[in-house]
Amino acid sequence: MTAGSAELLGELQLDALTELVNIGVSRAASSLREMVGSQVHLSVPNVSLETRAGAIAILAEREISNLVAVHQVFEGDITGRALLIFPETKSLELVRAITGGDLPLEDIIELEQEALAETGNILLNSCLATIANMLQRSLKMSLPEVLRGNAATFFSLAPPPEAGDVVMFLYINFAVRERDISGYIAMIMDLPSLTALTHLLDDFIRRATGETTQSLNDSA
Amino acid sequence: MPYKLLIVDDSKLARMSAAKALNALYPDWSRIEAANADEALSLAKQTAFDVALLDFNMPGRDGLELAAELLALHPSTPLAVVSANHQQEIVGRARDIGAVFLMKPLNEQALSAFLQDAVRRLEQAKA
Repeated sequence: MTAGSAELLGELQLDALTELVNIGVSRAASSLREMVGSQVHLSVPNVSLETRAGAIAILAEREISNLVAVHQVFEGDITGRALLIFPETKSLELVRAITGGDLPLEDIIELEQEALAETGNILLNSCLATIANMLQRSLKMSLPEVLRGNAATFFSLAPPPEAGDVVMFLYINFAVRERDISGYIAMIMDLPSLTALTHLLDDFIRRATGETTQSLNDSA
Repeated sequence: MPYKLLIVDDSKLARMSAAKALNALYPDWSRIEAANADEALSLAKQTAFDVALLDFNMPGRDGLELAAELLALHPSTPLAVVSANHQQEIVGRARDIGAVFLMKPLNEQALSAFLQDAVRRLEQAKA
């Protein structure tokens, strides 16, 4: 967590956001497990307020090879992008795991784009729908788009941010150890969404605990 | 009779939410809380508890590892591992250890069923 995120979001709001992402990604991991037939391991989520360059640096630090991402835009009270990211070298292995492993290589290559888009669609929808339900808001999801490139390509997509260069950056690492598949689920939100998000988080905290954030802060 | 519930979760909000549900179901029970496995184990060695709710995905050791260690200390304690991650390996491991698996977000109904069963086990053990 950076100092900046602590200023914009209170301790309990940040805790609530991390817990929401954790629950959303856990549901998505359960869907992925059904698709690949092997256990999916998850890290704990990392939530921070970053400059776009900072978010790029965080991902670039962990993954230096060429990357593939399935990308979807979500819109509603909060707007941003959700990405399923993994090294390009693992992409065919993921498709092989999902299709059951009996197909010849040429079929797997042919199916790759479509299989990645569908996998991303299921995982990202599962994650975002869980979060939207818990916030009691609906989010409109764009169709999945498969991108190839690196962290800079993924986090500098048009249209440019509405305000400033600072984004809320959330990511979690997943791995299917039996299949040597690993990657990230990441979400990136521009600052105007953050104000709306703080209100939604306050409502969520109130429902979860029966108390307002203000009264909790006062008693802390 | 009132019992003591141990709640372990790295999320303060999740602990508060579990506490709210407990208060609604068993207002006379007491609770102790920990934010990770290490904290929970040192607390468990100092303070007796009767039932435990353990988050699965925590920094350091996960809820299943913690469940196994708590059961090694207190073999017949009713334990639940709580997670939105309902992969069969995780649900199966919980069952193998002797813990109940509960879905996150935790609802009062699921917690109530687990606690009712826990009370029945605790009363039986005393009889």
